[in-house]
Amino acid sequence: MDQSDIQTSNKKVVRNSILVVAAMFSFGYLLLPALYTLICDSFGLNGQTEQLTNAESAQLKVDKNRLVTIEFSSIVNSKLPWSFKPEVESVKIHPGELKRVNYLAKNLSGSDIVGQAIYSVTPVEAARHFKKTECFCFTQQRLKSGESKEMTVLFTVDTDLPKEIKTVTLSYTFFRADKYTSK
Amino acid sequence: MSLKHNNIMTKGLVLLGLWLGGIGSSQAEYKLNFQEPVTAVAREIYDLHMLVIWICLGIAAVVFTMMIYSIINHRKSKGAVASDFHESAKVEVAWTIIPFIILIAVAIPATSTLIDIEDTSDSDLTVKVTGMQWKWKYDYGDGVSYISSLNAEHNRARQRNSGIDVTQIKNYLLEVDNELVIPVNKKVRFLVTSDDVIHSFWMPAFGVKKDAIPGYVNETWTRVEKTGIYRGQCAELCGKDHAFMPIVIRVVSDADYKIWFVRKKAEAEIAAAEASADKVWSKAELMAKGEDIYKGKGGCFGCHGIKGEGIATFPKLVGSAVTTGPAAEHMKTVVKGRPGTAMAAYANQLNDLELAAVITYERNAWGNNASIVQPADIKASR
Amino acid sequence: MSETMTHDAHHEEHPGGIKRWLFTTNHKDIGTLYLWFSFIMFFVAGFMALVIRAELFQPGIQIVDPNFFNMMTTLHGLIMVFGAIMPAFVGLANWQIPMMIGAPDMALPRMNNWSFWILPFAATLLVAPMFMGGNFMAGQGPAFGWTFYEPLSGQYGHLAFFVFAVHLLGFSSIMGSINIIATILNMRAPGMTLMKMPLFVWTWLITAFLLIAVMPVLAGAVTMMLTDKYFGTTFFIAAGGGDPVLFQHVFWFFGHPEVYIMVLPAFGVISQIIPTFARKPLFGYASMVYATASIAFLSFIVWAHHMFTVGMPVAGELYFMYATVMIAVPTGVKVFNWATTMWRGSMTFETPMLWAIGSVFMFTFGGFTGLMLGVAPADFQYHDSYFVVAHFHYTLITGAWYGIIGGVMYWLPKWTGNMYSEKLGKTHFWLTAIAMNLTFFPMHFTGLAGMPRRTADYPLQFTQFNQLSSVGAYIFGFSQLILLYLIIKCIKGGKKATNEVWEGAEGLEWTLPSPAPYHSFNTAPEVK
Repeated sequence: MDQSDIQTSNKKVVRNSILVVAAMFSFGYLLLPALYTLICDSFGLNGQTEQLTNAESAQLKVDKNRLVTIEFSSIVNSKLPWSFKPEVESVKIHPGELKRVNYLAKNLSGSDIVGQAIYSVTPVEAARHFKKTECFCFTQQRLKSGESKEMTVLFTVDTDLPKEIKTVTLSYTFFRADKYTSK
Repeated sequence: MSLKHNNIMTKGLVLLGLWLGGIGSSQAEYKLNFQEPVTAVAREIYDLHMLVIWICLGIAAVVFTMMIYSIINHRKSKGAVASDFHESAKVEVAWTIIPFIILIAVAIPATSTLIDIEDTSDSDLTVKVTGMQWKWKYDYGDGVSYISSLNAEHNRARQRNSGIDVTQIKNYLLEVDNELVIPVNKKVRFLVTSDDVIHSFWMPAFGVKKDAIPGYVNETWTRVEKTGIYRGQCAELCGKDHAFMPIVIRVVSDADYKIWFVRKKAEAEIAAAEASADKVWSKAELMAKGEDIYKGKGGCFGCHGIKGEGIATFPKLVGSAVTTGPAAEHMKTVVKGRPGTAMAAYANQLNDLELAAVITYERNAWGNNASIVQPADIKASR
Repeated sequence: MSETMTHDAHHEEHPGGIKRWLFTTNHKDIGTLYLWFSFIMFFVAGFMALVIRAELFQPGIQIVDPNFFNMMTTLHGLIMVFGAIMPAFVGLANWQIPMMIGAPDMALPRMNNWSFWILPFAATLLVAPMFMGGNFMAGQGPAFGWTFYEPLSGQYGHLAFFVFAVHLLGFSSIMGSINIIATILNMRAPGMTLMKMPLFVWTWLITAFLLIAVMPVLAGAVTMMLTDKYFGTTFFIAAGGGDPVLFQHVFWFFGHPEVYIMVLPAFGVISQIIPTFARKPLFGYASMVYATASIAFLSFIVWAHHMFTVGMPVAGELYFMYATVMIAVPTGVKVFNWATTMWRGSMTFETPMLWAIGSVFMFTFGGFTGLMLGVAPADFQYHDSYFVVAHFHYTLITGAWYGIIGGVMYWLPKWTGNMYSEKLGKTHFWLTAIAMNLTFFPMHFTGLAGMPRRTADYPLQFTQFNQLSSVGAYIFGFSQLILLYLIIKCIKGGKKATNEVWEGAEGLEWTLPSPAPYHSFNTAPEVK
């Protein structure tokens, strides 16, 4: 190759490399978080569950031959001065059967506070079969000073839940979210 | 000359031997492998670990023997003449396929062990484990929930320039104020989560390690076959005092467990009643209780120093605006925390009495001289 | 760019003094800068390791407070990875690649200058917070481990410094890599087809591709940290609906290829050295190239084996376990090829050969512990224990760093025109090799027995092995002064080196005079 050919080829290498770099940066910064959420949603990784619309929930099949125990667990992050407890410790449901359960939250502090509940389903294999139509975790919750509130989750597990899973635990962690209310 | 040389060598070896042999005095020992497994899972892991080690040693024996043989024999100084072969499809294919087959032999038992480890079904008991900077919270439900932090004496000893000889402390860094208690031969499920950064719940003798991640609730389990006390430590770097949040699990008979649980529950109820009773406490009572909490359960000294002198970027409490100013601001800081800083809200970690005591202590210890705080004040401020 | 290249080719004189180094576009000058920078960083991070080992010599806290200790482990790791090992390889590449492919210089000389001069600034940004805020002992620098896991790193007050330091390091590496790719693809002498390239050039080409693919991902990760901390995003913050585990996925998507970035060029160096001193062609050249490429490819699909304990579904754990242990196959191929190259050769054991053979032995050992770590159920026990510390020091010191020193010794006579002192070289090798094993071998045992990593203090039963490690570390550290002395002595003078330097050396670089002229090949050589 003579000088000018090398120049052209060098420019090409630089251009292509910069394209790769830009693509990989976007992949890391923008795509990976989105992709991750997508993968987690579709495979139920990390205890992420699926949200059902009302229409979908109307068409649920119920498997009367099976009973699954659903346990409820609640955690309050120490930065949030609330109490938060499920009304029942566990329920037994048939796969496909919709069930409503209430949690009771109370603001123990002297000021208004916004909280956000983050859910987690264990075992992780059950997460993709765990469906909610209504949940207080879909939005942020604001409690006035001293206010108590019943918070509802309406859920089911689908009939494809693997046979060996007999107990599913639904856990919520409530975090203080005043800093993140601008959405 | 050579005799003298030998003499020095011998002396050196004797010294080395003495040093290596200094086991009894410092409780140290040469432990070469995993701790003795006390669960089926830990034993499976142990066997798998040994299997892989033997396979590796086998491969190492072949490869290293070949290399050592050629290093000894195929050297120029021995008159070796270099051949110039540099390819052999047969050999190259063989050493691609044989390792592949060996790997499959490892993968099969590994898969079955993994499936056992992740099978959390049919547990007899669930304990919620929450990692916090730098202590653990154990929640059994039914009102039994407590914080477990490093034993106060160990905590003093481990400070720089504490003047305490740590080698004289039994189970140094592996002793807590409140142990996690579980029954023997029962399947105990742990729901592991975190309040701040990532921690990791590790009990080597059980073969259990699970990360504690804020917002996540991870699941793991154990079924311990032998009663006794087992010790482990947080395994994931979680900041300054990562080395100082041990996990101590006492495994007891089922009957003992039931007795323990009833007693723990009663204690919790009494403490709660005591705290909420509108009793007015004396300053001396509050100071004594407060000191215990400051240096123990509350873990305050971890950031603010054993004498309130502050550590690193964490503020000192001696003569500070908060500890010597109006009680209301001080209560707000401790009860609700300071958003945006490492100061957590202690509203759910300590009861009214404990909060009142520790705040009173901070306001009146180390030369501070400010108002005292009663449980009733805390209640009103919540 | 066209101007600089022809410019350099026509003018032999270059400015002296500091200006020569600041404005140089010569691949040899820049290679020298990289290597010295790396050497200095190696001593800085090594000193930090000695602080760590001093604190761990006995249980209890004697010397530094825990946060300072954490800062030492963090900076030791970051500086060794980004300040010592990676720049050292870029330095070797700068010196050697043009000479090995018959080119006059690197393809993009001016960019070459920038990519080096960014480094000192990046390193300054990284360590500057250490000296802020008055209280030095408090450890104001980064103290969250070299993996800077969220949310712990999010608690760090001077996060912006850290983030910008990583960005600059990324820029530097990316520019360096683009340059290397352009040089290798466009500047080879006539007749040098890709499959005739020396293996060092091959491994670097693959490494450069890895770098431009994963450094931007790292940049993405730290950018997310930055916006989370200062601009209200919640990528990793659970309270805002983010996910702390996402950070680990992004980090290790960068981090796993990164460990191969640090070791592949060393494989290349070893593949140059062993045939030279065995006086026998490298066994299985083509399979070496393919093995390197497969390792690079596999490195992209195994990242979550660093995260077995975060709570993945069993299926995920199984996949990552299978994919991980697969890496043993191409790595095995490399080791077998090296061993067979030595087989029925006519070997001599000059210092570079000692480093190469030492590397093959010890790296293989690190590979075995790597296989053990890849087995997910057993990893639950090893993870975050000293066993892991032992493992990655066996791969990084004896893999990457032995390769670097071997390469420096191998090519030093070509660079300086003088032979180094074999006696010093061998003393340095044996002291280092023994001390290295004394330091890191006991860590396998402390790890298995249950000692977590990154702890400033430890329970009493780990005392004796920690003392062995500390003694080893100090011997290791002080032995490196021999290397410094050896190099300075060799630069100043010594027995003149011949053009070929080594009896069995093959390759274009050995056809040049020693020391190599300022511009390597002004007229391209023919490669048959």
